[in-house]
Amino acid sequence: MFTYYLELAMRSLKRSPGLTVLMMLAIGFGVAASMTTWSVFRGVSGDPIPWKSSKLFVPQIDMWGPQQISGPGAHSGGHEPPDALDYTDAMALMHDHRATLQSAIYAVAPTVLPAGAGRSPIPVFGFGVYGEFFPMLDVPFEYGSGWQTSDDSDGAPVIVISDALNRQVFGGDNSIGRNIDLDGNDYRVIGVMKPWNPQPMFFDVVDTGGFGGEGPQVFVPLQRAIASGMANAGAINCPKGVQPSAGYAGLQQSNCVWLAYMIELGDAPAVQNYRQYLDNYARAQQNIGRFDWSPNNRLRDMRAFLDYEHVVPDDTHVSLLVALGLLLVCLVNTVGLMLAKFLRRSGEIGVRRALGASRRAIHAQFLTEAAVIGVGGGVLGLLLTAGGVLVVHRVLPPRLADLARIDPALLLLTVAVAIAASVLAGAYPTFRAARVQPAWQLKTN
Amino acid sequence: MRLPPILSALRRHKAGVLLIVLQIALTLAIVCNAIFLISQRIERVNRPTGAVEDDLIRISQTWFGAPSGDDAASVEKLDALQRTDLATLRNLPDVQDVAASTSMPLQGMIYSGTLTLNPQQTDVAVSAAYYYGDEHLRSTLGVHLIAGRDFNADEILHHTLTSDAASPVIIVSKPVADQLFPDGNALGKTVYQDGKPATIVGVVERLQTPTTAKWGSTWDYNSVLEPVRVDDASASYAVRARPGREQAVVREARKALLAVDPLRVMPDTWGIQSLSQIRDKIYRADRGMALVMGIVCLILIVVTAAGIAGLTSFWVGQRRKQIGVRRALGARKVDILHYFQIENLLIAGIGVVLGVLLAVGLNLWLMAHYEMARIPLLYVAAAVLAMLALGQVAVYVPARRASNVPPVVATRAA
Repeated sequence: MFTYYLELAMRSLKRSPGLTVLMMLAIGFGVAASMTTWSVFRGVSGDPIPWKSSKLFVPQIDMWGPQQISGPGAHSGGHEPPDALDYTDAMALMHDHRATLQSAIYAVAPTVLPAGAGRSPIPVFGFGVYGEFFPMLDVPFEYGSGWQTSDDSDGAPVIVISDALNRQVFGGDNSIGRNIDLDGNDYRVIGVMKPWNPQPMFFDVVDTGGFGGEGPQVFVPLQRAIASGMANAGAINCPKGVQPSAGYAGLQQSNCVWLAYMIELGDAPAVQNYRQYLDNYARAQQNIGRFDWSPNNRLRDMRAFLDYEHVVPDDTHVSLLVALGLLLVCLVNTVGLMLAKFLRRSGEIGVRRALGASRRAIHAQFLTEAAVIGVGGGVLGLLLTAGGVLVVHRVLPPRLADLARIDPALLLLTVAVAIAASVLAGAYPTFRAARVQPAWQLKTN
Repeated sequence: MRLPPILSALRRHKAGVLLIVLQIALTLAIVCNAIFLISQRIERVNRPTGAVEDDLIRISQTWFGAPSGDDAASVEKLDALQRTDLATLRNLPDVQDVAASTSMPLQGMIYSGTLTLNPQQTDVAVSAAYYYGDEHLRSTLGVHLIAGRDFNADEILHHTLTSDAASPVIIVSKPVADQLFPDGNALGKTVYQDGKPATIVGVVERLQTPTTAKWGSTWDYNSVLEPVRVDDASASYAVRARPGREQAVVREARKALLAVDPLRVMPDTWGIQSLSQIRDKIYRADRGMALVMGIVCLILIVVTAAGIAGLTSFWVGQRRKQIGVRRALGARKVDILHYFQIENLLIAGIGVVLGVLLAVGLNLWLMAHYEMARIPLLYVAAAVLAMLALGQVAVYVPARRASNVPPVVATRAA
């Protein structure tokens, strides 16, 4: 029976090619616009560490007080604490060590000088972190591993390097135990990562903006990096009117914020305990007179923090919404056109009904026709989506566009949405068509 | 033309009418918000920086194994490196002017602070971006001086950014002067930069801050020129090429600077960039967004017009017999044409009323959730007229066809 309906549908569509093409175009454009913007949205809103993101948290402490409600690093609207930590509080949290795993983090941009004469220095990008950073974020290693807690406290000159840097400097060999020159200081390679470039770079979105780049190339012990004067490559945000005094010492003593901080907590009670701990900490600071305001802390999980930081650009959200609006208009449009098309065939329906076709059969026939339009729209949508993604790559900043990919899932979704949309659009016109009274039609014609 | 017959005809096509109304309303709501968004982006991209952008180049580089800058001697070493670079650049044949300059409009790297009228910082507080540089900074950027004077060579300090030294003299942009001194006599006054005194010796007309980010958008033209050559392992320079020699200077400068120190880090991606390249990069997202919105609007308008035309054609086909009867009873062609045009105007009229509500609602929702301004009524009004016109254009062809139905149809069976 289905092939018969298919044949009827094809015949009907051929009879009014203009209307058919119009409906397919509407579905095709609507779906393609939605899928193109979806591909960007999916790229930038993905969870970079889905198996663990619910256990990772970002503590925020208000060390500036209620007077400081604007400026970089602070969010307007309500009184939110700064989105990074100052040195004093970050170190206090590290020292208290209340989470399962934790690490203060700061961005560095040192220069590597490969061994051998005549080789030019390589500017690299990375982070000063604590040893717990690696197990906390499940950083994958090709050779070796991260460093021990003792290396943190001893300020050991060890380094974890990226797979790419290992190839550049050591030709891709197992370089564990070899030395690498960073800003004129020797560091011993203790681990070589597998290619690792989470997008967004969730552990320090404040400094990286979240997207882009080839991934971090070096990780060094935070205390070692500070001791050797490795400059902070990220933002330093100070409350209004505060200017840290000279050198790292000045920065460390100031309440300017420049450290990202991430912790892992096992379960809900642990989260509750940590919140309690943060409040107790802030209250203790209040008691010793460092803060003259009551505790104002946040403990957002990683995804909530990414939302809070607007890591997915507003533009991406708005584009997706507008494209979905376009799809809706295309659907309404298709409903109207199908209604016209189906009811124009009232005579044919009357004859089929009079010859014994049930309402069910009419439903099946017209929904088949709608689905055929959906397939046509879907194929068109595939082509247009491919074109759309190409356009996106040309017009959007590479850091976002690079995340918009065409893959089998997107292609499948495009066709599925097209067919679902046109069957949905066909539902009401089909219902109307099936209600055509055979006697009335036969009489007037 | 009387309305009752049109209204009673419409009542017989409730579903079709409703669909067109809905489509017009949604299209209006989306298109006028999208066009507003596009116009805002265009305005943002086209706003002037205050610098003369043609032939302006930024060089940013890091010396490998540079002195630490922790003690006076190493600060002097860093400064000597920087002065050598500046002299090297100045000697290039295609270079017109060159300055030490930590920042550049649109480039993103920003130093900022707060200016107040008293050291206790209790009065007006004005946020501003600090452009550290030497006596050539203003002229190299091509910023227009409207009052006072440039820095003298002997006023230029050099120190690290974390130094406690204050800038005794500064040049401020007009918005900074106006916000600090609404009465307009900023010149010669002493203000406090993060608590340290400085005298305003010059006022420039306009200089955008280096950031285009949201958090700096409330003071995006608050800039201060600081007479300081900043000593650091990295240094940045502003270079003005002779007219039309920008690309030549980019090549010459790279060669000359690498000849002085082959180990310096000055990658192709950000080491030497013209301001037009910087502008291109920073506004790419805005242009992309405007383009995407433009494409969506175009599709929407075409789809809606096609939908109106398609459905009207169907109605014309359905009513051939009635049209024939009317023609036989004496209606002129133009009466039939007007009938369909007025019918469309009615439907579109209901559509735009609903559309205006939707458009304002959508705008309010976007304002609540995203960075979006309140839509001016002018945009809504223009969109209303455009949608009504679109309806008339779309209905014209089928209405013409209807008016060409001959009266003789009335006598035929179906």
